Amino acid sequence: MSQQSSQRGFDDVTKTETTGHEWDGIRELDTPLPRWWLWIFYACIVWSIGYWIAMPAWPTLNGYTKGILGYSSRASVAEDVNEARAAQSGLREKFLAASSLSEIRNDANLLEFALAGGRSAYSVNCATCHGSGAAGAVGYPNLNDDEWLWGGTLEQIAFTIRHGARNDLDEQAHNSQMPAFLKDGLLTRVQVNNVADYVLALSRRDGSAGSLPGAVVFRENCVVCHGDNGQGLIEQGSPALNNDIWLYGGDRDAILRTISESRRGVMPAWGRILDEVTVKQLAVYIHSLGGGK
Amino acid sequence: MVVPLDPEVHPTEIERIDVAPTNKRENRSLYQARVKIQPRLVHGTYRRLKWWIMAATLLVYYVTPWLRWDRGPGVPDQAVLIDFPGRRFYFFFIEIWPQEFFFVAGLLIMAGIGLFLTTSVAGRLWCGYFCPQTVWTDLFIFVERQIEGDRNARIRLDKAPMSFDKLWRRTAKHTVWLVIAMLTGGAWIFYFADAPTLAQGFVTLEAPGIAYMTVAALTFTTYVLGGHMREQVCTYMCPWPRIMGAMMDEESLVVAYRPNRGEPRGSVKSIAADAKLGDCVDCNACVAACPMGIDIRDGQQLECITCALCIDACDEVMDKLGRPLRLIGYASLAGEHRAAIGKGGDVRPIRPRTLAYFAAWSLAGLIMLYALVTRPEIEVNVLHDRNPLFVKLSDGAIRNAYSVKILNKSYATRSFNIAADGIPGAVVSVVGVSGVAGVVPVLTVDPDSLRSFRVHVTAPAKSFEGVSTDIAFSLHDINGGDAVHAETIFRGAEK
Repeated sequence: MSQQSSQRGFDDVTKTETTGHEWDGIRELDTPLPRWWLWIFYACIVWSIGYWIAMPAWPTLNGYTKGILGYSSRASVAEDVNEARAAQSGLREKFLAASSLSEIRNDANLLEFALAGGRSAYSVNCATCHGSGAAGAVGYPNLNDDEWLWGGTLEQIAFTIRHGARNDLDEQAHNSQMPAFLKDGLLTRVQVNNVADYVLALSRRDGSAGSLPGAVVFRENCVVCHGDNGQGLIEQGSPALNNDIWLYGGDRDAILRTISESRRGVMPAWGRILDEVTVKQLAVYIHSLGGGK
Repeated sequence: MVVPLDPEVHPTEIERIDVAPTNKRENRSLYQARVKIQPRLVHGTYRRLKWWIMAATLLVYYVTPWLRWDRGPGVPDQAVLIDFPGRRFYFFFIEIWPQEFFFVAGLLIMAGIGLFLTTSVAGRLWCGYFCPQTVWTDLFIFVERQIEGDRNARIRLDKAPMSFDKLWRRTAKHTVWLVIAMLTGGAWIFYFADAPTLAQGFVTLEAPGIAYMTVAALTFTTYVLGGHMREQVCTYMCPWPRIMGAMMDEESLVVAYRPNRGEPRGSVKSIAADAKLGDCVDCNACVAACPMGIDIRDGQQLECITCALCIDACDEVMDKLGRPLRLIGYASLAGEHRAAIGKGGDVRPIRPRTLAYFAAWSLAGLIMLYALVTRPEIEVNVLHDRNPLFVKLSDGAIRNAYSVKILNKSYATRSFNIAADGIPGAVVSVVGVSGVAGVVPVLTVDPDSLRSFRVHVTAPAKSFEGVSTDIAFSLHDINGGDAVHAETIFRGAEK
């Protein structure tokens, strides 16, 4: 049974007042809060009032109280960014002044700056298609290997990044188109099959290709872009066929589909999105992944 | 054991000090506020020993950061320095890198086991003589005594109404306490930065904010713990008194009152009249001297930090009375028992328990020593790229990429040739260092630093079998010396 009464009592053992609440004979002590705790509590109240005045605190109808210190986390980030920029300023200027990308590559300081900046810019902008490790995917070139559709020198890589491929925004973007040989009726189903066998043999590099029936079809339709021996043509962005790397898959079905329907990839013109320093950093970074020429 | 008193030589009365052991279990209510303990100054062997230990420990603490140790150009010349920005710990001839922090862990383990060892031999040796809480409290009591006087004077001053005399003494005491507290915090920060530079910056208000915050925090804690909380820290806050019970046994030395000699108690006069009384004249000198507020004659108590001041206090009285000293002294419970039944009162510090602690302590020390002596100057860590695991090149060759981190712990620039063993025909190239086939890349690492290299290993198609092949990098210093090896794997496609 609980007995509530406002009758405050006094406990002789603890020398403490009781609240007057009693449960089955057990009375509740009204132990005062420890003084140290109370003081900290008061100090917190004083502190919070000071905090409201000094720092952004209360929402208003059309904004918030700014505080007399005028602190803003957004401004503080901007300050940090500017500071970081300022710390890089010497490097950024040297970077822009460099006459060629290989000059950057041969300067240890600039190289370090390029690789660090390139790595982070890559993660933000390029990893979506080319993968976080730049290993690519079907239709998205692997940037680690040594085959380059549009050339693998520093300047060629930079050009590709800057202008992209087959986009409508940049007039200088790489542009080329492989015909859909079966779909557009340029070749018969038999011819497409033959040329697929021929291309597979080219890739094996065992000298067996020349005797295949597809050799004639290839000579008449494909050499313009892919070269006499299937070595590819960088000016056209046509991949080499006489090696082990296949952008859209190297099994017979994938090759048949490529010949029949044609394939083409699109890449944005990053020069319109990123600043010049970042484009250069990206070029040096991608070149350093291992495949750069 | 009653020595007849000679009234010509010995005092016929010893003042009985009016003091209650405030922390005696029966005296202390759980609801009671702290009663300030006013320990009385004693003179004697242990008090002298404690002054010396106080001087030595304070000296070590304050002077250590100012010691210099030449390590060559570009490296701090502070003998003991915990360099957080540079991620190094310097200790005289030892320099520890972050990954070698196990040395510090090892030292802490040794300190821990050492504490076990000393506790099992001689009880709370650490608490009584070396613990900063004890040393600084002792120092603060010393200051208090110099300014306000000894026990009686302080009690009088406490009770006296506010006056000019009381005001200036109180002000002076707290000022000196605060100065000591500030110097304590002040010395601490010098372990973390070049001491002379930081001291200059600190005075000219150019030191980093964290330095001022650290000094402020340590000033506060030193002032509060040493000046105001004192014995409460040991009794209520410190876990060690609770843990130490596990290391002690009946053979451990403790500060103890010898009741079979002292009891029954009686005044000097009554002893002269009654031959059955013991040596204890119940003068309460031991209680008045105790900074923990206990009566050692009640037996072993949690509060006792074995500061041994009661031994000195009692000896002073026994000496005056011409009786044997050490009515209170270091003794082991078992030894006292043996003495009581006439089997000698010897102390036995060498026991299976202490031997085990000593063995563990030595083992930890030897392992550390071995690790220190065999610590390599050059270390290589190899991380295999996980994304992509491997790259297939146009001619069918497989390339793997690695981050090779070379740690140069020496104070000289070192250059290495790198090679990979395990796959015939594999070619090693290093990004930013060489891309020329046939030229062996040279990797140069600055003194006392780590450098990371991107290393590519290209293996011709069919030069290896399986998904994963074990390979090893070897680095040869171009100036000769043993090669450093690092094992890793080379990944290929699943066939």
